[in-house]
Amino acid sequence: MYKLTGVTKRYTRGKETVEALRGIDLAIEDGDQLVIQGPTGGGKSTLLQMIGGLDRPTSGSVELDGVDLASISEAKLTRLRAEKIGIIFQAFNLIPTLTAQENVETALVPLGVKAAERRERAAEALRSVGLGERLGHVPTELSGGQQQRVAIARALVKKPKVLLADEPTGNLDEGTRDDIMGLLEGLWHEYGLTFIMVTHDSSIARRAPRLATIKAGQITLTEQGGARRAAAAQPFVQQPGQQYAQQPSYGGQGY
Amino acid sequence: MFGIYLKRELSRRKKAALVIAMGLALGIALVITVNSVSAGMQQAQDKVLKSLYGLGTDMTVTKAQTAPSGNSSGRPKFNFDAKSNDSKKTQSSDRVMTQGGQSLKSSLVTEVAAQKGVASAVGALSLNVTKVDGSFTQGKAQSSTQQQGGGQGGPGGGTSTGQPQVQGGGASFDVNSYSVAGVDVTNQDLGPLATSKITTGKTFTASQTNAKVAVLSKSYAKENKKTVGKTVTISGTKYTIIGIATPDSSDSTTDVYLPLKQAQTLGDSKNKVTTIYVKATDSQQIDTVKKTIQKNISGTTVTTSADLADTVSGSLSTASNLATSVGKWLSIAVLVAAFLVAALLTSSAVSRRVREFGTLKALGWPSRKVTRQVVGESIVNGLLGGALGIALGLGAAYAVTAISPKLTAELGSTGGMGGGGGMGGGPGGGGPGQQAASAAKNTMEIALSAPVSLTTIALAAGLAIAGGLIAGAMGGWRASRMRPADALRSVS
Repeated sequence: MYKLTGVTKRYTRGKETVEALRGIDLAIEDGDQLVIQGPTGGGKSTLLQMIGGLDRPTSGSVELDGVDLASISEAKLTRLRAEKIGIIFQAFNLIPTLTAQENVETALVPLGVKAAERRERAAEALRSVGLGERLGHVPTELSGGQQQRVAIARALVKKPKVLLADEPTGNLDEGTRDDIMGLLEGLWHEYGLTFIMVTHDSSIARRAPRLATIKAGQITLTEQGGARRAAAAQPFVQQPGQQYAQQPSYGGQGY
Repeated sequence: MFGIYLKRELSRRKKAALVIAMGLALGIALVITVNSVSAGMQQAQDKVLKSLYGLGTDMTVTKAQTAPSGNSSGRPKFNFDAKSNDSKKTQSSDRVMTQGGQSLKSSLVTEVAAQKGVASAVGALSLNVTKVDGSFTQGKAQSSTQQQGGGQGGPGGGTSTGQPQVQGGGASFDVNSYSVAGVDVTNQDLGPLATSKITTGKTFTASQTNAKVAVLSKSYAKENKKTVGKTVTISGTKYTIIGIATPDSSDSTTDVYLPLKQAQTLGDSKNKVTTIYVKATDSQQIDTVKKTIQKNISGTTVTTSADLADTVSGSLSTASNLATSVGKWLSIAVLVAAFLVAALLTSSAVSRRVREFGTLKALGWPSRKVTRQVVGESIVNGLLGGALGIALGLGAAYAVTAISPKLTAELGSTGGMGGGGGMGGGPGGGGPGQQAASAAKNTMEIALSAPVSLTTIALAAGLAIAGGLIAGAMGGWRASRMRPADALRSVS
């Protein structure tokens, strides 16, 4: 589980000091889903960086299973990212010159997985997001939704404990957004991940069981009720590996 | 993954890779071309210098030039007998002079040889033989008083009638000159004959110190229809021809080689030499040896091949200077520019890939893995550039050799040089004097080639790798400074 205590992050730009996070306290149970929303520049992405071990807070601690990401060595932090944290980006962040399969393989490289096994696991992960036929395609040969699926496969191929998503549907149209959200929720259920997502999309935020709003570096938590949570847990889930593109529209489910 | 990623990057970003590689290639090709052309120039210059010196001669010692004085050598004298009436027999007379009329004592040879840094010293005597042959017909004395003024040839033809008149006298002469070199037969590795190869017959043996034998230059032998076994007569002395020597370059001016003692006898210069050929123990110490000799043995002029090289003018020396100065700096400048461009391009390519490398770091790639990727790409680019550059450079060098532009070298007289120079003090005679002047200003034509040595190619390959490493270091350093949080940057 995550335990953030008094997390503060200050950036210095020239003479100006910006306080992106001001003493955040937050606990996230294993297998929980947390949606972070808030105005642009409010500190959402900064918080995600702290949770993902991509950056260190100026003060405070970010504990994951008792390990403080703020104080461990760079090498250990890198290793921890490689093993436990899967990340999805708004712009997909695929390596443009590598094929879908090779992109997924990059997540296994720091873990020292042998080439043959790497290829096999990458192919398997791509099949599970419905891209079994696209292993050899480079990103430019794939649609936005397909690229994000490759990124999801890359995030999950190492079987992480935590899945972080930074505006995962921000660059996608509505229909594709629903496909991706359905896929992510299904995987969240299947893998029992701790799923933390930053989003602008209020329709996604509304149906999150637990919502964190970051404004001016401060956090407000909203529990959105057990019924909603139960409802949220249900609808989009089909068995992973099925054709998500054929799923009913996310938006059509009454949110 | 390293290999796949590398391959994908290079094959899918061909243009960028090619631009960097081409930049490096240009620099490297230029280095190869300039290097090989310089080597070619050096060879050409060596050829020119070798024609003046024997192989292995580092310097020559001659008598310091003094102002030629009219009576130092005397005016040439030729004695002909006016034969009786009908005789039209050809007469011949040789006048033998030491070249330049200046000579050194033979004992100086040992003195020079004893100097510090001198490996060996050999004396040689250069003679100039002016041969005049022709016929002289005596005028006939006429007793008739009617025929006045008919005879012009006789001396003292009086104008008073009734006196005998000389009539019909005349002379026709051929004047030609050739050069003779007295060679120290005990050491022929140095000296005038060292620049030639014996192509027919034999050279002197060490015992023929005073034998009446001669080696002829090929051109002289051909011109005068002489062959091995025949004899050549110089100033009344017959020499048996034992060998024909072909000079290594067309420039050698000696026609007849004789044992030193014979030449000394001919030239009436007992125990004298005109030139001392010196070989230094260390070719790097030539200047020091020159100073030593000049200091310890007064009245001499020491000429090194470097001095001689300074006297080489004409297109060869212009081109050679161009290749060594302009060419060198140009290739260094282009190389530096190529390295800089490669480094900047690599660095900017890395900057454009901020998110890519940030993402890899976010995925848990250690910095060194990311850096290794960038450096790897750069080195491959460098090698690619090196291969292209070597191909380009070899092509250019080959083209130069194929075209083989002709360069001319003019060798100025340095005064008293063994081969060509220093005939200033010679007789005032028209013919020989002209010849001497033209000999003093030798013009050689040499085809330029651009030999590419393995060293040059190794240098080019080294430069290519260095270029790749420099670019890689720059890009790698940039990549290593990227943070995993850069993955979240919105710039694309």
